[in-house]
Order: sequence, then C-alpha cells, then structure tokens
Amino acid sequence: MSCDQCREREAVIHLTQIVNEQVTTLHLCERCAAEKGVESPGAVAKTPLGSFLAAMGKGLPEPATTPRTGDTCPRCGGSLQDFRESGRLGCPECYHSFELPLRDLLRRLHGSTHHVGERYAERGPETVRIPERASELREQLRLAVETENFELAAELRDRLRVVE
Amino acid sequence: MIDLSLLTDGGVGWLDASGPSSHLVLSTRIRLARNLAGHIFQARNSETEREEILGSVERAARETVLLRRAICFRLDRLDRIERQLLHERHLVSKELAGLEPDGRVRSGASILVQDRIGVMLNEEDHLRIQGLHSGFALEAAYAEVDRLDAELGQRLAFAFHPEFGYLTSCPTNVGTGLRASVLIHLPGLVLTKEISKVLQGLAQVGLTFRGLYGEGSEVVGNFFQLSNQTTLGSSEHELLDHLGKMVRQVMDYEEQARQVLLRDAPAIIEDKVWRAYGLLRYARSLSFEEAMNLLSGVRLGVGVGLIPDVGMYTLNKLLVHTQPAHLSVAEGVSPTEPDLPIRRARFVRKVLESEVGRRG
Repeated sequence: MSCDQCREREAVIHLTQIVNEQVTTLHLCERCAAEKGVESPGAVAKTPLGSFLAAMGKGLPEPATTPRTGDTCPRCGGSLQDFRESGRLGCPECYHSFELPLRDLLRRLHGSTHHVGERYAERGPETVRIPERASELREQLRLAVETENFELAAELRDRLRVVE
Repeated sequence: MIDLSLLTDGGVGWLDASGPSSHLVLSTRIRLARNLAGHIFQARNSETEREEILGSVERAARETVLLRRAICFRLDRLDRIERQLLHERHLVSKELAGLEPDGRVRSGASILVQDRIGVMLNEEDHLRIQGLHSGFALEAAYAEVDRLDAELGQRLAFAFHPEFGYLTSCPTNVGTGLRASVLIHLPGLVLTKEISKVLQGLAQVGLTFRGLYGEGSEVVGNFFQLSNQTTLGSSEHELLDHLGKMVRQVMDYEEQARQVLLRDAPAIIEDKVWRAYGLLRYARSLSFEEAMNLLSGVRLGVGVGLIPDVGMYTLNKLLVHTQPAHLSVAEGVSPTEPDLPIRRARFVRKVLESEVGRRG
C-alpha cells in the first residue's frame, strides 16, 4: 500500500482516528508520518515498528558488533536499509545477520525475545519425515473416520501401527 | 467466473450467526504465519521460488486430513472481480488479492480452502494458515488451525529459531505467528461516544483494532476487528486467553452502553433503528457505506429487542451480498456500473420482503 500523503513510498503507519463519530484511517510512510507529527505517545505505542525503523541506524554510535546500515545478509542480499524502507526482512537468515538490532526491535515490539509457545520439531534435510506422535495420528484417524475418508483412515491406521 | 458453490457454504459458513454471542460478534479469525526454511521471504523472492513454494505446500496439503479436499484458487489467474469476490468473503487479504490502489497480483498468489479452514500462499509470509468461525469462538477456531499447522509441519520444513520461534517476514509476527481477531459490532459504544476510550484502553493492554476487512481497512458499519498486537513472549493459549478476556469486557461495555441509551434516550434510539430499517426497506438507491451504516442500525435494533422479525442471519447475508463485487456478479453488471446503488437498494428490498415478510 502506498502512502496517502506522498503516494510514492510504502505506507508503514496506519493511523485510525475517531473524530466526532467519524472514523478515518490514514496510511502513511515513515517520512510523511514524522512530518505530520504522528509520533505522539499514543501513536508510538500503536506503531513501535514505524518509530523504531525511523530511529534505526541513526543517532548514537552502535557497538562494533552491530552491522552497519550498509551490511547485507549473505543469504538473500538484503540490507538493514532495505528493512528500514520496507519493514520486511529478506529471509529467515536475516534474523542471524541482523541479530543485535533485531533483538532490540523484538524487545520493543513484543516486550520479549523469547518464544514460549508451541515448538516446531525441526528436521534435517536428510530426514524425510519427523517421527510421528501416536496421539496426533489417532486424532487424524478419528477425523478421517468422521469424514468417511476410509482410504486415508487405512493409511493412518498402518502408520499408527508402526509408531506404536 | 469462479464457482464459489464448490466451497462448503460458499466459504461463508462464518456468517450463519450460529456461533456464541452472534448478536455482537460476527466472526472469529485465527491465522498462523509460517515460512519454509531455506526459502527467501516473499519481499525478495522470485517467481520461480514462489511456484516452488506453492507446489510443495499444495503437495503437502493433499496429504493432510484438513486440506485433502481443498479447492485451490490461483489469484494470479483470476480476474479482478473474482479476486474481489474472494476478498469480500474474507477468504483472502486485500494485499494478496492485489486490490490495493497501486496493487498487482503477485505471481504464485493462491489460496487453498476446505470448509472453515485454509492457507493463503505467497502472501507476506509463505503460508498464512487461517480459520474463520461464526461468532465468538477463539478456542474452537484455534484448535482447528493448530491441527492443520501440525499436519503441515510434519510434511514441510518451517523456518523456526530456538529463541525467536517461527520466523516471519515482518518482525511484528515472529514467535507464535498467531493473530487472533474478533469481528465485533459496537454501535452502542460509538453512539455513547465511549468508543475511543475503549480502543485506547485496548491499545494499552497490547491489543489493536482494524476495520471490517482487516489490516489497512477502514471501520464501516461500526464493525471493529479486535486482535492481539504481540506474538512473541506469550504462548498461543495465553494470547487467546488475554484477547478473550478483553473481548468479553468490551462486550459488557457494549451491553452497558446499549442499556444507557435505552434508559436515557429511548425515543431517540427507537426512532434511529426504525428509521434505518425504513430506509433499507424502501430506499431506491443505496451506496455500500450507507447500506452498511443502516444495517448497523437495524442490527442494534434487533439486538436490543426493538425490531422483531429480522434475523441476524438475514442481516449477515445482506452485509456480504451488498458488497460491490458480490452485487455486481449477482446482477451480471460491471462493478463500475453507475446504477449499482439502485440495484443494491432493489436487492435489499427484495431480501427483506421475502425474509421478513410484509410486517413491520
């Protein structure tokens, strides 16, 4: 989506206002948002990404280990500058390439850097399939029977036998 | 023209008003953002890579229980009106459908849909696993999406970091990749001018709101999509619990606001909701925005028991079928047809007359 103001740059800040029962939404790029003074405390709380992106790579000298704005990710060739402009990273590897500034960003965005939710059982490229859990297979089998998908049910029953 | 009748309930089972608290909550949506390890994110990847992603996800999906019979729509091979139709049914985002003012459809942009569940492919993230339920049903909607995530995760290598969790193109989604949204109707809070206070309060507890069509969309017909803002540092169930508690609180505030309106300004409210009904029933030309606002008034009237005989399902159906793409397809005209507002008014009159009868 392009910015409502300059109609050139990508809108990264979506400001919804309610004035006299009228709801309006403004989609602004980082620069136009700053010009319009959108960085009020309320707006910053809603769009910390925008304000972080605006500040990223500016101001205080960074620690030596922090990549400079011009550095690129070896996997995708994306730079911090690209991220600042688009708000999007180039590849999973970017999380390693720009780890320090991203840690800071994640803390500001989410108040944490630690995922505590469901964990994905990662598998190596050589493994075709991760070991299946009997409970999941039983659940799938139940669904397959419920939906009268007997061909799949037979396959699941066989896989369940292997696991058990 | 795409055949939406191939989808169970036409892909709009969520509007049947059968779910919990349907008088206030239209639908509950859950989405999980996932990316394939070893692939460049969408912002920097190539057409070939997007085709590969589409191919491998579709193959994996065909082996699952939940998407085995899925219909696949390639948005990059559909006309604009067909893409808009899918967007109006809340099956694809505006961005994926290429409906942004300067938008084009990205090659490889697709969806897989089966019943209430589906996957958007080559959106901002490689996969956006999503489920849409009628009414206020966070846990039920999540359970289904979680099951599909597990099924797909057994067959696909997802980008996952031991500390950061599921890796996403935008760091605002990293961790669980979970966005839970509840589409709620809040006319009482808007009329009592309490809405901004409530929305500010939500922002302070880490929730956000959007319009009828999700990200970047405007609020129409007093419908607000309330959702979690953060995705990292809390488990999926903690995020859902928190959103659920806050939505229940907002529902209480809305009920209180309605009671205040009925107590302090009964004549004004009664006039307002019947006036809305009268206009819908007899107007000869209706813009989409006007129809949405009038439907909101009637929905309020039905909710507080002032307007009998009109079902929530009827109102939900009107909400979907008076949208520009739906109406123009049903009428067999172009969406830019100048007399669309006249056709919309005629359509609304016909539905109200056949479903509500001549009373009222």
